[in-house]
Amino acid sequence: MDFALTTDQKMLQESLTRTLGDASPLDRVRKFADDLKDPAKDVWDALADFGLPGIVIPEEHGGLGLTLLDAALASEALGRAVAPVPFMGVVLAPLALIGGGTAAQQAEWLPKLAAGEVTAAVAISEAVAGAREGAGVTAKGGKLSGKTLFVPGGMAAGLIIVADTKGGLHLARGDAAGLSRSLMLNLDETRRLAELSFDGVAAEPLAGGPELLGRLRDAGWVLIAADSLGACDAMLEKAVAYAKERRQFGRVIGSYQAVKHMCAEMAAEIEPCRSLVWYAAYAFEAAPEEASLTAAHAKALTSEVGRFVARTSTEVHGGMGITDLLGLHFWFKRLGLNRQLLGGPERVREIAARLQGLAA
Amino acid sequence: MDLTPTPEMLAFRDDVRGFLKAHAADFSAGQARDVFAWQRLLIEHGYAARTIPKAFGGYGAEPDILKSRIIAEEFIAAGAPRGMAGQGISMLVPTLLEVGSEEQKTRWIGPTLRGEIIWCQGYSEPDAGSDLASLQTKAVEDGSDFLISGSKIWTSTAAQAQMMFCLVRTEPDAAKHEGISYILIPMSTPGIEVRPLKTMTGSAEFNEVFFTDVRVAQDQVVGGRGRGWFVANATLKHDRGMLGDPNATEARLGALIELMKTEVVDGRRIIDNPVFRDRLMQLQGRAMAMKFNGLRLISAQLSQEPVGVAGLVVKLQGCELNHQVAALAIDALGELGILYHDGPHLRARGTWQRNYMFDLGLIIGGGTAQIQKNIISERGLGMPREPKPAVL
Repeated sequence: MDFALTTDQKMLQESLTRTLGDASPLDRVRKFADDLKDPAKDVWDALADFGLPGIVIPEEHGGLGLTLLDAALASEALGRAVAPVPFMGVVLAPLALIGGGTAAQQAEWLPKLAAGEVTAAVAISEAVAGAREGAGVTAKGGKLSGKTLFVPGGMAAGLIIVADTKGGLHLARGDAAGLSRSLMLNLDETRRLAELSFDGVAAEPLAGGPELLGRLRDAGWVLIAADSLGACDAMLEKAVAYAKERRQFGRVIGSYQAVKHMCAEMAAEIEPCRSLVWYAAYAFEAAPEEASLTAAHAKALTSEVGRFVARTSTEVHGGMGITDLLGLHFWFKRLGLNRQLLGGPERVREIAARLQGLAA
Repeated sequence: MDLTPTPEMLAFRDDVRGFLKAHAADFSAGQARDVFAWQRLLIEHGYAARTIPKAFGGYGAEPDILKSRIIAEEFIAAGAPRGMAGQGISMLVPTLLEVGSEEQKTRWIGPTLRGEIIWCQGYSEPDAGSDLASLQTKAVEDGSDFLISGSKIWTSTAAQAQMMFCLVRTEPDAAKHEGISYILIPMSTPGIEVRPLKTMTGSAEFNEVFFTDVRVAQDQVVGGRGRGWFVANATLKHDRGMLGDPNATEARLGALIELMKTEVVDGRRIIDNPVFRDRLMQLQGRAMAMKFNGLRLISAQLSQEPVGVAGLVVKLQGCELNHQVAALAIDALGELGILYHDGPHLRARGTWQRNYMFDLGLIIGGGTAQIQKNIISERGLGMPREPKPAVL
């Protein structure tokens, strides 16, 4: 039994963290946050050089051919660095194409996605988190109508995978006639969400239906959970470092139990999450019968722990914690988005209950 | 990550199942018909005292954490009683194996494993709880003996035990941690008085033990005079590891789900109430995280990697979780949840209520939650210790 990361996986995570440290330091994140027109193309290009866009794309299509666990580790590194890049579509769109696309669709899109030439967005918010504001996309005669909200990376995507109200999945081109996009300004300044409107947009159906949609949902939950885990790690590390340095009443505040117990509580909440996120990601391929429930709990628990860590780390930093100068708020807000996206913890836990026949 | 069982492990699981099937008549409802015979049988087959050398009465297998886990899982699945698990077996035996003399090992380990000798642990004192090293029970030299005076508290099984492994201060002038010895005391020695310590559960799960000039031979010291603190610490690790065991949580959570599916209020099952259902799901998520955290720790031990913070949080998080599971069961029972002791409406013989109270004791005992947080922040996160106050 081996419940641990491989040497390759540890290296992947370390080198991605290094790449992000060079390409996307906090100043770069800040610039992205301040300028809504900045697409952070330099950051994306650095990640494309790294091979990240092809992380789960099979090697014959130019990707790295890795697993969801590897993708989750990458997501963790992105969360830790509050990287201003959309990642959900990087993983979910290839999974949709591999799971429900024809050979021709795969041959057309996967190599371009793997090379990072085209980015993809996956619009499954209504199907997973529920429809708000009258959203919902219907398909009729190969045309899509309606709107979908909260699409990560949806503003720039050249390929859009969208779920209809019946749980079917469709593939639409970013330049298709009748597609319009608007930015949904959100709390998290490191990632952008789009509202996509379809007015008779030509689309190709994907096979797989609700079952494939369920797989995309599970993978999405795991990626968000991993991103939160990375963000939590960063917030705990920053709190501990600050508490070891900041002096009040003649001693470092980290020597007060009131402060160090806050750090201990964060660590005690985060570590079991790490084990759960690893397992949920592993189960996605290795134990599919456990994948949905473990993904749901990983998403819900990291949401709760994320909220606790976000506020506790901020408090350890005292007044500095809430300033823009320190920038801790980028992690705070990233965890905030992760909590709500693809369902808040209450909704996800209700789905978890349903998965076990404990709820209607 | 690779959790696929090897053929060797699959075969081992079959062996355990085969054994339990063949001996199904020897136990029922988790109880052995003859606990001593059952214990001997388990040792003979390697399902108890598995890694203790044959020479000292064990089975003599190499340590294999996966096989131990399989044994635990299959025994739980079959509702079979595990081997005896008193503090003698879980704490004294590993200590003797590590630092005991050959004479001590030969004399004590075998009978302890077979359940012929029951031990109790004499560590905590009224004024030495979290700060255990400040213990004051003194052992004064008198010829080739010590005369022991003082008192111990939180001593489980003191009333049944024939022997106590005990921490006493033998060198009053030495530094706090260096004046302590680990000594074995027959409970029948004159001068020992045991008083049951009744807790809020209504039972006396613990005792107080008082010593007045209790005469014990000096050669009953284990691991060297003045070395007791280090001897005890070597096995306290095992004690903390047991508290918060995720297997126990999983079993209780399963019982809680059953409870919520069967209990009905106003004609509606508790599980159909979304508030209770959400609380259940919250605990299930936490229990799942602790279960996989346990697997991660086992795996780290197998590959001899440091477990880090993930290991330090088990006692804190596991005990809290168990308490929360019992709390939800009581809440789900509504007014039925306040029943206790006995009566026609009492559920599960009051187990939930007892756990709710006893588990709070476990949050405190074996290193309080606050001590655990000190350990996590100091050893796990490298934060500084609280400076000693200048004036007491």
